[in-house]
Amino acid sequence: MERLIVKAFVKLGLGSPPEWAVLLIIGLIAGIILLVVILTYEGIATYIERKVAGDIQVRYGPNRVGPYGILQFVADGLKLFFKEDIIHSQADRLLFRVAPYIVFTGSFVGLAAIPFSAEWYAGRLNVGVLFILATTSLVVAGLAMAGWAQANKWGLLGGMRSVAQIVSYEVAVGIALLVPVVHIGSLDLQSAVLYQKKGWGILGWNIFHDPFTLIAFFIYFTAAIAECNRTPFDLPEGESELVAGYFTEYTGFRFAFFFMAEYGDMFVVSALATCLFLGGWHIPFIEGLIKLPILHNILGSIVFIAKVMVLILIMMWVRWTYPRLRIDQLMALNWKRLIPIGLLMLLLASLWDLIFDGKGFFELIGIIK
Amino acid sequence: MIRSQEMLINMGPQHPSTHGVLRLILRTDGEFVYDVDPCIGYLHRSLEKIAENLTYPQFIPITDRLDYLAAINCNFVYCHAVERLMGIEVPLRAQYIRVIACELNRIASHLIMFGTTGMDTGAFTPFLYAIRERERINDLLEELTGARLTYNYIRIGGVAHDLPDGWKEKCLEFINYFRPKIKEYNDLLSYNVIFMKRLGGVGVLTKEDAINYGVTGPNLRATGFKWDLRKNMPYSSYDKFDFEVPVGTGEGGKLGDAFDRYMLRIKEMMESSKIIEQALLSLPEGEIMAKVPRVLKVKEGEVYFGAENPRGETGFYIKSNGGTKPERVKIRGASFSNIHVLKKVLQGVLIQDLVAILGSFDIILPESDR
Amino acid sequence: MSGEEIHRILKEKFGEKIGELKDGAQPSIEIDKEIIRELAKFLKEDSRFLFDHLVYITATDERTKIKVIWCLFSYTCKHYLVLKADLDRSNPEVDSISDIFATAEWHERETYDFFGINFKGHPDLRRILLPDDWEGYPLRKDYTPPEFYHGIDNRYKR
Repeated sequence: MERLIVKAFVKLGLGSPPEWAVLLIIGLIAGIILLVVILTYEGIATYIERKVAGDIQVRYGPNRVGPYGILQFVADGLKLFFKEDIIHSQADRLLFRVAPYIVFTGSFVGLAAIPFSAEWYAGRLNVGVLFILATTSLVVAGLAMAGWAQANKWGLLGGMRSVAQIVSYEVAVGIALLVPVVHIGSLDLQSAVLYQKKGWGILGWNIFHDPFTLIAFFIYFTAAIAECNRTPFDLPEGESELVAGYFTEYTGFRFAFFFMAEYGDMFVVSALATCLFLGGWHIPFIEGLIKLPILHNILGSIVFIAKVMVLILIMMWVRWTYPRLRIDQLMALNWKRLIPIGLLMLLLASLWDLIFDGKGFFELIGIIK
Repeated sequence: MIRSQEMLINMGPQHPSTHGVLRLILRTDGEFVYDVDPCIGYLHRSLEKIAENLTYPQFIPITDRLDYLAAINCNFVYCHAVERLMGIEVPLRAQYIRVIACELNRIASHLIMFGTTGMDTGAFTPFLYAIRERERINDLLEELTGARLTYNYIRIGGVAHDLPDGWKEKCLEFINYFRPKIKEYNDLLSYNVIFMKRLGGVGVLTKEDAINYGVTGPNLRATGFKWDLRKNMPYSSYDKFDFEVPVGTGEGGKLGDAFDRYMLRIKEMMESSKIIEQALLSLPEGEIMAKVPRVLKVKEGEVYFGAENPRGETGFYIKSNGGTKPERVKIRGASFSNIHVLKKVLQGVLIQDLVAILGSFDIILPESDR
Repeated sequence: MSGEEIHRILKEKFGEKIGELKDGAQPSIEIDKEIIRELAKFLKEDSRFLFDHLVYITATDERTKIKVIWCLFSYTCKHYLVLKADLDRSNPEVDSISDIFATAEWHERETYDFFGINFKGHPDLRRILLPDDWEGYPLRKDYTPPEFYHGIDNRYKR
């Protein structure tokens, strides 16, 4: 990739390009590709969510716009784009404008560290897990700004709740993520995926490594749903109580930003779960037979996205089934249950590694070598 | 030095969870509510004044609009009050048909309560299941009365039309279809851990408070006090049917909490289906309307009659001066007192609890605003 | 307990403040408006009556006077009792019983709203169903609706 850019520069007669220019151009191209990927995903995800909701609620989902309602997200996007952008007189103008961008950035930037296949990734960060955890915390600042800037008491309540919720559940996410990192030995997500290579692409997954990592996966998934502000943890948005919570006064495309941020967040946390727990882009059973690198990349990314979509479908399923937790019950769940159990799992997983010399369960009983 | 300030939040007439146009002025400290001031009157249509200008039969469609989720019950209370004033004896078949229609409407009303309590706590799916069953009831009642919401079916002296052909079998089929659904609802929502924690132990109403504040109906029974006007002071041949009166048991945490009120209505739906089945199987033949003169002149006198509506005791006080139009009609709405007791129950709760408790009281504004 | 027995016992206790009895499903007794507080307390606490449920408070307008009506019910003894008191039309006033029966608070507000009866000792007597700035007392027989309300034309057009 770098060579192509250097050649292009030389051809255009600009001389040998400096290091930072090459990196900048690579970053821009990767960013644009990822933006296109995430926007397409979001359109499809909104459509799937509405169809899944319709199925669970014994009704049709959207089925008017296009065949089987497939073009519904286009209609929704156009509608939100053309709606009037109202900023009411008592709102804090700067914060009101900036908040949606910060929230979207927080959820989108995390994609830079995620490997979609063996050679397709935006960047191979050796602090990948830490990077994603750090950038998803940006969302907190954005939501607090949004809640305050609206000068609406309901919005303020939603913003305050959301800050408390996300900050608390990040601790649980961090502790739960440490468990597979202990086995893998590095924070880099590509190494995490490569570690799970054994066992025909299925039995080597980290959740089958030992029962403590399995429990850590459930802790992580629960805390991740809370991070995304999805039911049963959607108090900040609390539709039936706070009218619309932290985006009560937002209209048009700014509203769409919050929505895109939520679905983007879902993608990032599911992708993180897939890389660390579910084997990433390893193709089950037939991986050794594929010699062509381009075919391996394509199949790998398809498998990766399929695993991510399964997790997202589970999130949607949970959303339409359970009622909402109360704020103090939510905090109690986090600090009194998830974090102590997570710490215990960390301790026991480390002990497992110490005793069994880093081998997984299926390795020990001899199924995989 | 940190200073915290009280907020005055207006949970205004338009809000997704105040069931109807109810305005609650909350004095809160963040999420913690100190005081609630309910303001009603947004749906006042001066029905009592209208009644003084209409003849007795002309007022029946207006009683539909009193509690639109249980319209036949309201029709029935008014007509029976006038019948008691005039001393009319309603034929037995008409009484049975009235009981069937009233109990069907009770099931429909409790289904809405089930759905909206689920929605208020964040579970959106049970509402659609409740609407699905309610659609079937609406189909049955449409065949019977001609309308889906404001039925205008009961007349002074009987009912308007007889049962259509094949309606009895359809109704029995519906009852058989509906009974296992209650178990499904219990599995989905009622005994869900999150739901029980949301509603259990909050919004406790003691028996003394309930009687003092004039609370009646399921809200009173949930405090442990067994009082049902259909059993204790039977009217319209309710004494011929065998059904239980469920009482609050405190299985959610405390006796008289929001979960008790919710669970009580689920159990009442079960009992109503029993009553309907018994009434259908033992339906006598006969007239559906007593001999009532065309132009109704009611003799001088006054009467009060209260019946067991899905929300409580709705009563009519009618004073007549011998003419064709009443001199004074006073409507005692059940939800009027139910909203009043909110001032006592909603002190010191979180805003989320407030929404859940409001849902469990099952109030409806047209009845309290009239 | 039948209406006559209640009437007899009350007449023994309160003398000539208790008027005549009209019997029926709900026996109604005319009383003097001054004794309502004492009477309500007595009826609630006496073990023969135990009237714990105040069903409604309302009023009727009989051209020359306004009549206030209280309806009581007992859950334990299952009997009704209706009390009526005549009030002067030009200045209708009666004591409030909202500290004896808590539900009286809103019923009295409603009666004030529709008839203009002043309940003395009521903690918060203001309009409940009509807007706060409404003029007039609608359920009186001599009430005429206002012609304009906040700029809305309310005159009856043929």
